Amino acid sequence: MTNTIKRYWPVFVLPTMLAFAIGFLIPFVSGLYLSFCDFTTVSNATFVGFSNYVKAFTDTSSDFLHALWFTTAFAGLSTVLINLFGLAIALLLVRGFKGTNIFRTVFFLPNMIGGIVLGWLWQVILNGVLANYGRTLVYNEWYGFWGLMIVMLWQQAGYMMIIYISGLTSIPGELIEAAEMDGANSWQVLTRVKLPMIMPSITICTFLTLTNGFKLFDQNLALTNGMPSSQSELLALNIYNTFYGRTGWAGAGQAKAVVFCIIVVAIALIQLRATRTKEVQQ
Amino acid sequence: MAKNGLKKKTRVANHILTVVFSLVSILYLYPLVMMVFNSFKKKAFISRAPFALPTDKMFAGLSNYELGISRTNFWGSMVWSVVITVLSVFLILLCTSMCAWFISRVVNGWTKTVYLLCIFSMVVPFQMVMFTLSKLANTVQLNTPWTIPIVYLGFGAGLAVFMFTGYMRSCPIAIEESAMIDGCTPLGIFFKVVLPILQPTYVSTGILEAMWIWNDYLLPYLVLDIKKYKTIPIAVQYLKGGYGSVDMGAMMAMLTLAILPIVVFYLACQKYIVSGVMAGAVKG
Repeated sequence: MTNTIKRYWPVFVLPTMLAFAIGFLIPFVSGLYLSFCDFTTVSNATFVGFSNYVKAFTDTSSDFLHALWFTTAFAGLSTVLINLFGLAIALLLVRGFKGTNIFRTVFFLPNMIGGIVLGWLWQVILNGVLANYGRTLVYNEWYGFWGLMIVMLWQQAGYMMIIYISGLTSIPGELIEAAEMDGANSWQVLTRVKLPMIMPSITICTFLTLTNGFKLFDQNLALTNGMPSSQSELLALNIYNTFYGRTGWAGAGQAKAVVFCIIVVAIALIQLRATRTKEVQQ
Repeated sequence: MAKNGLKKKTRVANHILTVVFSLVSILYLYPLVMMVFNSFKKKAFISRAPFALPTDKMFAGLSNYELGISRTNFWGSMVWSVVITVLSVFLILLCTSMCAWFISRVVNGWTKTVYLLCIFSMVVPFQMVMFTLSKLANTVQLNTPWTIPIVYLGFGAGLAVFMFTGYMRSCPIAIEESAMIDGCTPLGIFFKVVLPILQPTYVSTGILEAMWIWNDYLLPYLVLDIKKYKTIPIAVQYLKGGYGSVDMGAMMAMLTLAILPIVVFYLACQKYIVSGVMAGAVKG
């Protein structure tokens, strides 16, 4: 059978592979190459070695290192908060009281709305609240930081809730009953039975929130646009502004993008390994 | 006795939970309600009294909507968003499912490489390729709503191939083999045997890709010729970019128009959306 299918490869794989080459492979490889070049367009690149990387890390006017730790802090904290919130809602909703389906619908809704739209929506609300104290979202970087945190919590908790609910409902009822029979209280049931059983959901959710936090762009752009003076810029926006906001910095921008890419891929690899070790245990 | 008491306690607790969650849900939806109210207010009152109802003095009628629609050419953006999303999702589902079937039935070094590259592309952040991708797309004329689906097919292939292969590997190939013995060509097998079995995966993958493409801002902004074509997120952001300070009235009206179709779509297809997210998470 395999040999017959093989002859049909131009029909089955070629269209996807051509698009993949245009949409990903060629841009990726040339992007990697350009990070070692001085250029304004793709055609006039000259090789300059690592100087773009040096430029990226020593840049003082739009501080890459600041954006790096600001993003790390944001991604880390948002991962913890979103997952705690999502898991808490899920644990309560699986008890199955009146109206759970409606509540689930409500909590998931913000996920459907795009980042740009969400950013503008929350800008009005948060600035409206802050106006009572004579401040705005761009008063300093931490207002933007917490503003963005609220937006992401509102948007993503519902998504994680759905994943946690599907994990929790697949726990066999006998397990929990047996634990209760043995005299475990509800806290012990949660930490000794439920949480270990939904470890796969927890790994997925942590991974999703962590990478979403690192890759965040639209909400950042619409909510504060990095203000005041690019202090609330996350990595993605910092890279974008380096590329398109300043002339002569495209090389450094591409170098920043490569560093950014390496960080995100490293997180993904660690996640993959964590899942693999768990599979062995089961 | 004790058991009865416990049951009663749970019942009371559940009632309390219903009340608490009702309140939380109202609070959760409040931003959207507020946005609708504000879209009917005169713009000066939006920043001065964002939480007030649009009463007579503040009421602006439909003027915010008229202004926003004319400034952004909103209906035009809506059409382009629909065109791009529908074409891209169709193209992605068709091409990647065929590709996924091929690489899960023909296992060799090539197909393994293709699979690994697809996984890799899911992880890479868009900023890594944005400059080179937009330049390349311009050179090969992929900068219109009719051709940008090819870019989406390329950049979105990873997730789709991943979801389809995940499902196909668990599918028994006995039916396909017997179809082949009966004289079916690989194309016949795919469209008559595999495609019907894959239906649930088509729905969940389609929903995940559609949610991404409909809301995507940076890729179309960089790739499309935005003087001629704007999608909804680009139009919303353009309200600020094009005119310096933002007209919050027009902004609220446009946000309302942008969110409304999504909410309707969500309520209509909720079941599929939720199961699509679950399927994506299990595979992801």
